[in-house]
Amino acid sequence: MSHFRIAVHITPRRGILDPQGKTVAGALHTLGFSSVTDVHVGRYIIVEIDAADRSEAERQTREMCEKLLANPVIEDFEIEHSHPDGREPAGGPGRHPDGREAAGGPAFSAGRH
Amino acid sequence: MKFGIVVFPGSNSDYDTYHAVVDQLGEEAVYLWHKDHDLQNSDVIVLPGGFSYGDYLRAGAIARFSPIMNDVVAFAKKGGPVIGICNGFQIACEAGLLPGALLRNESLKYICEFVRLRVTSTDTIFSNRYEDGATALMPISHGDGRYTADSETVDRLEGEGRVVFRYLGGPRDAEEWWSPNGSMRAIAGIVNEQGNVLGMMPHPERAVDPLLGSDDGLAIFESLLSRVGV
Repeated sequence: MSHFRIAVHITPRRGILDPQGKTVAGALHTLGFSSVTDVHVGRYIIVEIDAADRSEAERQTREMCEKLLANPVIEDFEIEHSHPDGREPAGGPGRHPDGREAAGGPAFSAGRH
Repeated sequence: MKFGIVVFPGSNSDYDTYHAVVDQLGEEAVYLWHKDHDLQNSDVIVLPGGFSYGDYLRAGAIARFSPIMNDVVAFAKKGGPVIGICNGFQIACEAGLLPGALLRNESLKYICEFVRLRVTSTDTIFSNRYEDGATALMPISHGDGRYTADSETVDRLEGEGRVVFRYLGGPRDAEEWWSPNGSMRAIAGIVNEQGNVLGMMPHPERAVDPLLGSDDGLAIFESLLSRVGV
């Protein structure tokens, strides 16, 4: 068993009114960030989990999202790929586990303390 | 008739509901602890208002997994009448008893005030004691009351006469729909497809005595008496 920290992004589903995002966008405009076209405010959840491997940890996290962490009526979720504590992600250092190049190291490094 | 009032950690309208049922309606009521599995032969189940589990994650999201909710859902599937008020509405949506979801108020502010409602369907076991087109004065008290569903769902609710209450009036035109919380099409309360589950954000149990400012909420409980029988 390895320990994993799986990160989940939960955002309001597109097309659903997001007054918080609108308010933040308005504040950014006031600050002079006039090129901001939209802001969506969501939630970031980190699940710490023991599992045989990464795909098992992510599979379970996906199930958690479908059952509890996100409400499919109003929210979308996205699971960040992760890797066990203290290990380089599969694919070698500096590469995302799914093989994508990650700028400045693994795209998700919260797994390493 | 026996009303079973579910008590979650953080419920705060359970006593109000008890008062409405026992003192104003003159019927029997029992509290049902959320960890129990026994509905105690209740004829009607009430999911009361409050802030179950601190509204953590999403309002109602954790409460729907309380042990007693299995029994409440089974009761509802068999046609048993269930009323979800405020937080109870949120829980009923999260539990899949009602379609849609309740999101943060559009103003991002908690709203606590009396609102006028239009009873848009009197053909339900919860509203048959209202006259067609009646208005009702009830308080709302919520931060997450913006009813949201995809437009097909809302079309269906309207087409099937399942929108029972709409917010009415507003600062400008008293006869226009108006959502204090940004609800789609000013929806304040709906019933499920079978018509035995009502969810509403306004608090009928806090409008059962003229001393409280209104007794327009009592008709919901009286409607149940006349249809469900004792």
